[in-house]
Amino acid sequence: MSEAKEARSGEFISFRVGGQLLGMPVQMVQEVLTAQRITRVPMAPPEVAGFLNLRGQIVTAVDLRARLDLPPRDDGRESLNVVARDQEELFSLLVDEVGDVIEVSADIFELPPPTLSERWRGVCEGVYRLKDELLVSINFPALLTLH
Amino acid sequence: MDDLMREFLTESAENLAMLDQTIVDLEQRPSPEALASIFRTMHTIKGTCGFLGLPRLEGVAHAAEDVLGRLRENQLPVTASVITAILRAVDRIKVILAGLESTETEPEGEDGDVTRPLQAFAASEAEARATAAAGKAAPARPVAEASAAPPPAAAVAAARRDVGAAPAAAPAEAGDPVTSAVANQTLRVSVDILDQLMNMVGELVLTRNQLLQLTKADEDSHYGEPVQQLNRVTSGLQEAVMKTRMQPIGNAWAKLPRLVRDLCQASGKQIELVMHGAETELDRQILQSIQDPLVHMVRNSADHGIEPPDVRRGAGKPPSGTITLNAYHEGGHIIIEIADDGAGINVARVRQRAIERGLVSAEAAAALPENRVLEFIFAPGFSTAAEITAVSGRGVGMDVVKTNIERIGGVVDVGSRAGRGTTIRVKIPLTLAIISALIVGNRDQAFAIPQIGIVELVRVAEENRQLIEEVHGSPVLRLRDHLLPLVRLDAVLGLPRSSESRDLIIVVAQVGEARFGLVVDEVFDTQEIVVKPIGRLVKDINLYAGTTILGDGRVIMILDAAAISSKAHAIAASTRESAGAPGAASGAGPATTGTDERMSLLLFRSGAEAVQAVPLSLVTRLEEIPVSKIEVAAGRYLVQYRGALLPLVPAGDGLSLAAVDPRPVIVFANGERAMGLVVDQILDIVESTVRIEAAGGRPGILGAAIVNGAATEVIDTYYYLQQAGDWVGRDGEDGAPQRLLLLEPSNFYRDLLAPKLRAAGYEVVAEATPEAALARFERGQKFDAVLADFDEGGARAMNLAITIREQFGIADAALLALARKVTPEDQRCALAAGFAACVPKADRDAVVAGIQSVLHFQEAGR
Repeated sequence: MSEAKEARSGEFISFRVGGQLLGMPVQMVQEVLTAQRITRVPMAPPEVAGFLNLRGQIVTAVDLRARLDLPPRDDGRESLNVVARDQEELFSLLVDEVGDVIEVSADIFELPPPTLSERWRGVCEGVYRLKDELLVSINFPALLTLH
Repeated sequence: MDDLMREFLTESAENLAMLDQTIVDLEQRPSPEALASIFRTMHTIKGTCGFLGLPRLEGVAHAAEDVLGRLRENQLPVTASVITAILRAVDRIKVILAGLESTETEPEGEDGDVTRPLQAFAASEAEARATAAAGKAAPARPVAEASAAPPPAAAVAAARRDVGAAPAAAPAEAGDPVTSAVANQTLRVSVDILDQLMNMVGELVLTRNQLLQLTKADEDSHYGEPVQQLNRVTSGLQEAVMKTRMQPIGNAWAKLPRLVRDLCQASGKQIELVMHGAETELDRQILQSIQDPLVHMVRNSADHGIEPPDVRRGAGKPPSGTITLNAYHEGGHIIIEIADDGAGINVARVRQRAIERGLVSAEAAAALPENRVLEFIFAPGFSTAAEITAVSGRGVGMDVVKTNIERIGGVVDVGSRAGRGTTIRVKIPLTLAIISALIVGNRDQAFAIPQIGIVELVRVAEENRQLIEEVHGSPVLRLRDHLLPLVRLDAVLGLPRSSESRDLIIVVAQVGEARFGLVVDEVFDTQEIVVKPIGRLVKDINLYAGTTILGDGRVIMILDAAAISSKAHAIAASTRESAGAPGAASGAGPATTGTDERMSLLLFRSGAEAVQAVPLSLVTRLEEIPVSKIEVAAGRYLVQYRGALLPLVPAGDGLSLAAVDPRPVIVFANGERAMGLVVDQILDIVESTVRIEAAGGRPGILGAAIVNGAATEVIDTYYYLQQAGDWVGRDGEDGAPQRLLLLEPSNFYRDLLAPKLRAAGYEVVAEATPEAALARFERGQKFDAVLADFDEGGARAMNLAITIREQFGIADAALLALARKVTPEDQRCALAAGFAACVPKADRDAVVAGIQSVLHFQEAGR
């Protein structure tokens, strides 16, 4: 239990998509970028927004809204990039806004509610009960597994 | 010096350099590791010498190895005298290697002085045991003395110091044998470092591109000159680094002749291994990954594919089988084909085995088409071999082949025809490379297309839009007498259709033997691009060969022309290209059976007839003609067409003209003459194997193809042209038509050429063998010209040419040689043999033009 407790405690980077606060451990994230020029990839799955160039490296941008079944953004603002590595490949999660780094602990952790939609449950590690709102901890590798 | 020898010298010099140190270490601190390492080096040298036929070197290495073996087994103590003897052997090996390097042969000499002491050590078994028991303290005295005897030491020393009076044992006076010139020309570098270099060069290229773009934008830039210099240096560096990683595929093939030879010896088969494109270079990493699969595949071809000589003879094939390896670049990929002319894969047997092994149900298996059934050979552990031979048949192999090739992002296909052989095609992407690419645009997005697959660019101006015609909804462009199937990039990529009101740009791409045109909006420029692997989330789209970053930092996708073409189902291999392709129909089958050829077919329906087909390459145009425009004259149909009268011939009987309005018409043209084939409905374009029927089939029918599981007749357009032509009248020719003798062993080419020549106004007699052809002359028949096959052994054609010329009085000028593929060598041979020219037989127009000029020349000569 203590191991799990440790894994669930620590600093989380928080970001917002469609009003929901999400987060992942800060050590997983390589960097956060402002809006980038993204090359669309025709015939790609809708979750793949395209490719961007990060200092000569190709990064696959994942449209988090599409991935989480949320409607496309309509406030006319550009998405930010949360860049992280998985299996030697760089990915960027397109998010509406990036928030603070939040210290979370296992005490406030809960498993995902069983009523959560299947798509969310597949990528949700659990929920942290913050003081003002809930932070959904996302499973980054699961997020990159498209169906 | 051959490569093997060079490699041996390099490697041995390296190993020996290390050996000195190791042996010295051994003397100071005996360790099993050091001994094992020395033993291995000596063993390797000995083994390689035996292989290269270097008895002297082998003798020395062998003697040293024996002693080392005993040291390793603790049967002999490590003493100074033993070490001295071994070091002396090492020195002698160096002397001999130096001689080898300068003269390419082993220097003359006698090595008893070096080997005798070693042999004494090795043989002194009782002595050795005793000394071993007594521990290291007591060296083997008598032996030690023998080895320390002055003459051999002097001999070696003389050689090493290059003293003038070098003894016979070491005639290689040239220089210090320790430093080898060949060894100094090459350097072993770890692949990791090469990979790092490659990555850095890739980044450098991108930065260079960015700089170039910046300076181009700023005309007053002070940096223009140095940036240009940087550009040149970068290009040079890139090329050099690329080269360090490239190796000709021949390196991976080097083992195969020996392999095939051994298999022949073991099985009593006769197999010739033919290799094309050995110089095709590919990345060494890829080369290594395909080496084992290649061996497996060639082994399979030799063991299962090629039949024993008696079986081959029985099947009407030459007793010796052929395995052909062919490597070439294609659209950013490397293709390696392994083809044999053996028995082919027994599809029924594969089907049965697949059912037995539970890979597929009996019902499903029965419904699977042949090519799908063949894919079972890649299933793990799958084998159809009735008996397991020492060579293969244990059902390991093809699955390993497939796995290894897929690991490097490649694809394996298998094709097989019963009795004709099997072809395995391996396609490997060039993901590691920097390639030259054409940057094209569609709407607001840019894409790269590897230059290597691009044949040409064609611009169709807006006002010439009508040049693009449609066949049942598929757009085609008439490009120099051929129909080029078109694929719209926006359609393939699922993008909104581009505006119609602008010029179209067509990128003509070559995929295998087929060409197609990719319609794009814009072409920007060509650039050297670094191919970056495509992300795993979009890998499955199978339209892209990779991604790259342009000079301005934009990421763009690299299109895979072959994948696009197959996706668009647009491969329209015209008969001409597929027939002329290497590997197609190699060697004519027995005279009684037909020939198979792959071609693109236009399918149509007419009257009560079943679906019929016509080779797409013969179609000039498709029209829809209102019935009211069709006139009747003398029982024939005619239409006013482009300022001339176009005769119309109904396809099949019982076609009611008024039933369909407007009427689809397939227009064929031959020179000045054209005719329209009236059909009910144009259905589709497909690619299929056409079985050309032997002579004596129904008139007007060229052969049959299996289309969608049903046999479909392929019509002979020249028959119809002739029908129309009879009525239209010959083109102003009067008098008797000139007589041609067509000597061609392949039914396919006979049937392809004879009607065309007849349509061109000649009387044609076709024969399959020179004997039959000569028999006609002997019976007193006269011919104005002879067209003779030049493929089936140039010598035969030459003999025939000489016989015809000398005995039957046909002038040189009236002999035309026909070859599948005309090489300069063929041209030269044909001219030397007395032929007026050598023309490609698949190009019917070239054949007609050739014979016309031959006859014209002959007339002029009279």
